[in-house]
Amino acid sequence: MAKKIEVRITSDPQMLSVLRAAITQVGQLAGFAPMEISKIVLAVDEACSNIMRHAYKGKKNQPIIVTCKLKPTKLEIVMHDFGNSVDVEKIKSRKLNDLRPGGLGVHIMKSIMDRVIFKNGTDEGNFLIMQKALPKRQ
Amino acid sequence: MSLNIKVQTKDQYVLLNIEGDVDLYSSPDVREALLKLTKKKTPTILVNLEKVPYMDSSGVATLIEGLQQCNKYQGRFSLVSLRDNVREVFELTRLDKIFEIHKDVNEALANGSV
Repeated sequence: MAKKIEVRITSDPQMLSVLRAAITQVGQLAGFAPMEISKIVLAVDEACSNIMRHAYKGKKNQPIIVTCKLKPTKLEIVMHDFGNSVDVEKIKSRKLNDLRPGGLGVHIMKSIMDRVIFKNGTDEGNFLIMQKALPKRQ
Repeated sequence: MSLNIKVQTKDQYVLLNIEGDVDLYSSPDVREALLKLTKKKTPTILVNLEKVPYMDSSGVATLIEGLQQCNKYQGRFSLVSLRDNVREVFELTRLDKIFEIHKDVNEALANGSV
């Protein structure tokens, strides 16, 4: 049976440090190496920042639910919000040689995680599912 | 961790010392400090990231803006003393090829016209 950790925060950027601390613990529980943990933390931070900026448009008191599922072979992290449905095409990563601030978050998420799936505009809100294979045991 | 920013003005350069996580919450403070320097057309800005344990893309975006402003007046903009995980963010976004990055202030001083 998968281990499940659920973190609920409001859409206040000050909450990002709290979320990062929680995801660090999840990464340790999953057995990832420190550098891999810091990358997973970055991917989740980027996803959450996108929700705060784009789905909730800077409103600070909206709910964000982060569910981490530790499955036998992979870590799955589901980000759930109830904000505006963001057009996935509009938030897809930009070309890296286009030097301008912004638009890097999706690229970072996709570089770090094995799978990144957007399910936006469902009856239950927006979902972002990120998966990463667990490290092989020595 | 709250962000602490200190500006040290030296004879030929300005060192912007940042201490703390740079993320969506704190990056506006970094932006404000950087834009104060670029508005004055500070010829050489060295951004010291030695005490930055974490940076996300909003922090990177802020530094891109600083670099672009500096380029407008042909100034020099350099990042020094990045921790491995912060450097990783620049490598993931291939911005390590765009920014001038040095292991410390001494290396930056030895490798440029400051």
